[in-house]
Amino acid sequence: MSGGRDVVLGRIRRALADVPAAERPEDVAVPRDYRTTHTDDDPARALDLLAARLADYRARVHRCGEQEIPRRVAELLAERGSRAVVVPGGLPSAWLSRAEGVEVVTDDPGLTHARLDGVRSVVTGCALAIAETGTLVLDASPDQGSRRISLIPDHHVCVVRAPAQVVASVPLALPRLDPARPLTWISGPSATSDIELDRVEGVHGPRVLDVIIATTDG
Amino acid sequence: MSRTDLGMPAFPRAAERATRDQRLRGNLRHATHTIRAKRATAVAELDDWQRLRAAGAAVKNRTLRHLDHYLLQAEAAVTEAGGTVHWAADAAEANRIVAGLVKRTGEREVVKVKSMATQETGLNAALEAEGIRAYETDLAELIVQLGHDRPSHILVPAIHRNRGEIRDIFRREMAAWGRPAPEALGDDPAELAEAARLHLREKFLRAKVGVSGANFLVAETGTLVVLESEGNGRMCLTLPDTLISVVGIEKIVPTWRDLEVFLQLLPRSSTAERMNPYTTTWTGTTDGDGPRAFHLVLLDNGRTDALADTVGRQALRCIRCSACLNVCPVYERAGGHAYGSAYPGPIGAILTPQLRGVTDPLDASLPYASSLCGACYEVCPVAIDIPEVLVHLRERVVEGGRVTRHGARVTIKPAKGHAAERAAMRAARWTFDHPRALRAGERLASRTRRLHPSRLRVLPGPARAWSDSRDLPAVPPEPFRDWWARHRAAKGERE
Ligand code: SF4
Repeated sequence: MSGGRDVVLGRIRRALADVPAAERPEDVAVPRDYRTTHTDDDPARALDLLAARLADYRARVHRCGEQEIPRRVAELLAERGSRAVVVPGGLPSAWLSRAEGVEVVTDDPGLTHARLDGVRSVVTGCALAIAETGTLVLDASPDQGSRRISLIPDHHVCVVRAPAQVVASVPLALPRLDPARPLTWISGPSATSDIELDRVEGVHGPRVLDVIIATTDG
Repeated sequence: MSRTDLGMPAFPRAAERATRDQRLRGNLRHATHTIRAKRATAVAELDDWQRLRAAGAAVKNRTLRHLDHYLLQAEAAVTEAGGTVHWAADAAEANRIVAGLVKRTGEREVVKVKSMATQETGLNAALEAEGIRAYETDLAELIVQLGHDRPSHILVPAIHRNRGEIRDIFRREMAAWGRPAPEALGDDPAELAEAARLHLREKFLRAKVGVSGANFLVAETGTLVVLESEGNGRMCLTLPDTLISVVGIEKIVPTWRDLEVFLQLLPRSSTAERMNPYTTTWTGTTDGDGPRAFHLVLLDNGRTDALADTVGRQALRCIRCSACLNVCPVYERAGGHAYGSAYPGPIGAILTPQLRGVTDPLDASLPYASSLCGACYEVCPVAIDIPEVLVHLRERVVEGGRVTRHGARVTIKPAKGHAAERAAMRAARWTFDHPRALRAGERLASRTRRLHPSRLRVLPGPARAWSDSRDLPAVPPEPFRDWWARHRAAKGERE
C-alpha cells in the first residue's frame, strides 16, 4: 500500500517541476470578490425567500408561530395517515404532544433498517436553512438524530426555527456548520430526471417533505 | 491502465453510427437543449457568476500546484477522523484494493453510488472477476447496468434510452438481479422510478458494503462531499457498515470555506438547480451514525501525467458538471458512446487522451472531435480552456514529442503514417462534413464572451487550420498543409 503512496507522491513532485520551490500554496492567489449573499439583510425577506425557494423545489411549506408546532405536526401526520413516527432522542417532546394514536419510535442504534422501513414518517429539527437555495441542513444533533432516520421513512417533517436558524446564502451557512459532524443538505424531496428528463419526485429518499417554518414569538 | 471499452471503434466511426440513429439523436438533442436552457436561467440568477468561476478556477489551480501538500494534509485529517487512506497508482491497483477490502468484510455484494472514477477503472468488472456483485443504484446507472449498456452522458447516463426501452429492460432483467418488475409495468416515468425504488430498497436495507466516489475532498478537515438527487447516494453512504470511496487525486479542495464556491458552481452548472436535492458530507466515521469503517482510495491512473503537462493540467480542474456536453454541437450529433471512455463530450476529448495517452487510434482521434467553437469554455464553471487544450493535444498527435506516461518522461513519435493519424483524420473530416455541427458552434461562438481564450487566433502550425473553420477548405499553413493534403488523397480514408 505504501508502494502506491510513494509512487503517486513521487509522480506528483516530478510533474510539478515547473512550480518554484519557494512557492507556497497561499502564494497562488484566489480572488474572493464574489458575493457573500445575493439577498439583502432584512430577516423577513430572507424568510419569504426561503419559503418561496423551498416551494419551488416542491417541498410543502407551512409557516406558523412556535406554539403552533404541535398542532401542525399532528395535522401533517394525520394527513399522511401515519400510524408510526420516528423521532430523534432530543426532539422537543411538546412537538409530538398533539399526535394522538401515533406510535412514537425513538432513534436508536439498535433499531434495524427494516424496522425503520416500516415507519411512515419522521419529524426532525435542523441545524440551519439556506434561503437562496431553499436548503435544509441537518447535522445529526440531538433534535435531528442519525442520518438514516430522515432517509428511510417516506415522509419527512422538518421544523425550522426562524429567524435564528435561517441564513441567506451558502457562504453564510458554511462557517456555522461543523465539518466534523455528518451533514445532510436537503433541497426538496428526492427526485430524478433520468427518464427522458421528466422530473419524478421521490425515488429513494422521502417522497414528501413538509417544512414547518416556526417563527419565535410567532 | 484498464480499458472499460476494449475494442471501441475510433471516434468518427462510432459517431457516424450515432448520427444515423434518429431516435438517439432526437433524445440527445432534446436532453442537451433542455438542460442547456435551464442552466442559463440558473446561472443568470447570480450576478457574480464570473467571479465565482474565477474563484473556482483559482482554488483548483492552487490545489493542483501544491497537490502533494494537500493530499498529505487530507490523508492526515481522514486518518485522524477514523478513516483509512489507500493510494492507487493505476486502475488495477485501485480495483485490487477495493476487492481486497470487500473480501475482508466477508461480503459478496456491494451497493454503488454513481461514480465516474470507478467507471474509469472498470471496477464492476474487476469485482465480478473476484466473485463480488456490484449493484448500481443511481436510476440511470441501473438502467445502463440492467441493459448491459454503457453510459452516454455524465449527468444523465441513460439519456440514449427512451421510456419504452427502459420498461422493456426492467421487465426483462430485474428478476435476475433481485426483486422483479411489477407484472403490468407501464412506461410512465413515475411508474418506472417506483419500480426502481422497490427493486433497490431491499438491496439498500441489507447492504453491508457501499462503494462511492466523491465530488470533493476537503484537505484541511478530511471531509468528503457527495452531491446527488435521488437519495440512493445517502442510502449507500449511511446504511452499510463499511464505506469505500474511490476518489481521483484532483478532487481535493484546500479548505471547508472553498466549498462556498463549488456548492454554488456545481449544482447550477450540472442539473441547473440552485441546489441539488441531497448533499452528504462526512469526515471519517461517527459513532452510532453511518458506516463503522471508512476507506478512502486515492486514485492517480494517469492524472499525474496530465499534471505534468503545463497546458493540459487545467483539465484536472474539472468538477464533472457536464455543462460542456450540453452545449457541444459535436457531442449532440456524435453521442456519448463515440468518445469511448467514462468521459464523453468536450471534457472527454481533452481528459481521455491525457489519462491514456494518444498512441491508441481512438484516443488520438478525440482531440479532433471538435469544431473549436469555444462554447464549452464559455459554460465551464472552472473556466477550463478546452479549445486551447484540444489544439495542444492535436499538436501532440501530429508532431509527437516529450510527454509523461505512467510517471516517466518518454518521447512519442508523430502520428504520421500510423493508425492513430488515420483515426484523427477521420474525426476531423467527420466534424467538417457535418456543417450543421459547425454552424451551431459558430453561432454560439459569435456571442459575446467573457474570459474568452485569445490564444486560438495566433496558434501556429496545425492548430491554425482548426481555429479558422470558416476558411475551409482553404489551404492551411505548414506543416499542417502537407499532412492534410496527403491524407485527403490517401486511399482508405472512407473506411
Ligand atoms: S470541463 Fe468544465 S464544463 Fe465540462 S464537465 Fe468539467 S467542469 Fe463541467
